[in-house]
Amino acid sequence: MIKLFKVKEKQRELAESANGKPPGKKQSAGELRLHKDISELNLPKTCSISFPNGKDDLMNFEVTIRPDEGYYLSGTFVFSFQISPIYPHEAPKVKCKTKVYHPNIDLEGNVCLNILREDWKPVLNINTIIYGLYHLFTEPNHEDPLNHDAAAVLRDNPKMFESNVRRAMAGGYVGQTFFPRCI
Amino acid sequence: MAVSQPSRSRDLDKLLLRPGHLVGPNFEPGPELRDDIKEYVKVLVVGAGGLGCELLKDLALTGFKYLDVIDMDRIEVTNLNRQFLFRLEDVGKPKAEVAAKRVMERVNGVNITPHFCRIEDKPLDFYSDFSIIVLGLDSVEARSYINAVACGFLEYDSEDNPREETVKPMVDGGTEGFKGHARIIVPGTTPCFECTIWLFPPQVKFPLCTLAETPRTAAHCIEYAHLIKWNEVHGSRSFDPDNPEDMQWVYSEAVKRAELFGIPGVTYSFTQGVVKNIIPAIASTNAIISAACALETLKIVSGCSKTLSNYLTYNGVEGLHTKVTEFVRDKDCLVCGPGVLIELDKSVTLKKFIDQLEDHPRLLLSRVSVTHRGKNLYMQAPPVLEEMTRSNLDLPLFELMGGVAKDVIHVNGMAGKGDKKQSCLRKLRVVFRGVDGIADIDMAGGA
Repeated sequence: MIKLFKVKEKQRELAESANGKPPGKKQSAGELRLHKDISELNLPKTCSISFPNGKDDLMNFEVTIRPDEGYYLSGTFVFSFQISPIYPHEAPKVKCKTKVYHPNIDLEGNVCLNILREDWKPVLNINTIIYGLYHLFTEPNHEDPLNHDAAAVLRDNPKMFESNVRRAMAGGYVGQTFFPRCI
Repeated sequence: MAVSQPSRSRDLDKLLLRPGHLVGPNFEPGPELRDDIKEYVKVLVVGAGGLGCELLKDLALTGFKYLDVIDMDRIEVTNLNRQFLFRLEDVGKPKAEVAAKRVMERVNGVNITPHFCRIEDKPLDFYSDFSIIVLGLDSVEARSYINAVACGFLEYDSEDNPREETVKPMVDGGTEGFKGHARIIVPGTTPCFECTIWLFPPQVKFPLCTLAETPRTAAHCIEYAHLIKWNEVHGSRSFDPDNPEDMQWVYSEAVKRAELFGIPGVTYSFTQGVVKNIIPAIASTNAIISAACALETLKIVSGCSKTLSNYLTYNGVEGLHTKVTEFVRDKDCLVCGPGVLIELDKSVTLKKFIDQLEDHPRLLLSRVSVTHRGKNLYMQAPPVLEEMTRSNLDLPLFELMGGVAKDVIHVNGMAGKGDKKQSCLRKLRVVFRGVDGIADIDMAGGA
């Protein structure tokens, strides 16, 4: 049973203490978990992170990857991360902001990485995703294509794929598509 | 001969005026209880959809006098089969307003105040005004938000027992087709929404490359149009699921895609279903779940019976199956748990505070990062944030927390000693000595 007289009492109490409230907002459970993920980040030298909205907005950030081996050596690729308030129940939304010739990333920046969609689990974290993205550059795979043409070239003619990647990263056309320089 | 009219609350009186041996603790039967419930209890109903309509009707008929209802949606034609308070001429009007009006027309003496807005638009004071909150929602996000608000009012005494006057109970209903649940959340006593968030199954998400390359079902074709084709054609303009033109565009693209791959089954309503993640709603499921929720609300408020403990599931798929499970609280829950009580002097710097946590017997936390109400006071990593927050280390924590006598703060780091260290996130209740204000000042003045 609710103590009704206490309900009345409390309303008075609240009115009295209204001006002693601490400033700032409440944090969602998702924000708190994200705070933990971020404060425990352990990134490889090839990856860096930045917070465009300053130190108090961790829900939106950018990750820059500079592969040190493979087809994409010396390119610079920027990903935007958007985190939901019910993270980690829901996976982060990740987009590639750099236009890239890649079998698993389309020209709109959609990324085909299993842990971002069908295989996301709350035990995974931001670090896992960044490693997953890094892995896409060291080992692009033609079996999960989002850019159909790039995947076919990688499968049938790796030499040509390599030269297409170099051309795209230097700023130029591959087929009908122009790629801005990202080296 | 004058026949005396039976009281409108005759049935309710049987529950509220007589003692019994199945009643809840502290039950005080009598006319005063019945009248106080009418006069002092304010119930908030969150959501005025399928469940919300049922809840408003049930709670009004249960004898509650002051109800509020909050919902951000407007009535659509597809609601009319089950959201029985709405008529064809109401399409386009705010659900909360129409629902409140219709129930007040039919149930004498009830006052329902509608709020046509998002739940996040209301200040915390709005929610603190209610004795109990009843949820008729369809999303994890909204439940999680209301849960955080209600648990935010909870305070613990120095023995980590919840202070009764700060407890804001919730009754949560939910339905999906033939299945439903009703649960009660008494913060500090029964598990809160966040303690058991794992109960919610993850959303099914198709791999993007399947959508792009090897669609096999109608849903694949619809998600292709919605997630991939939309961006290709519209660039940065984001898809609006409530705009019929956008939905029509996705539907027609999905049809083209389905024809190309010879896949049957793409219809406009299925497109809406996939894109908005709609599960067919069954009116009877809503009625059953709402009835359970309304009864639990009455029981919690009046104490006229022991309450559900604490999670009822209903399954009407094959015959009927219903079961009650007693879930347990996560004692370290970041949302409803008491947190570890820490007393500090006003002069303690953030650095000294962090050092203390390493020796604290209940914490043994090293490599600590600290956050307070959305402000990151100190971050161990990444280097860019460590640099931005380093200067806080030499400032008094009292000052960094805005000069309040006490507040909740969250820390994370590595707990334990030696090789058994484990990363963890903890809630702390920080109390500053000598700020507990008024009493000290009074004494100083009187001396």
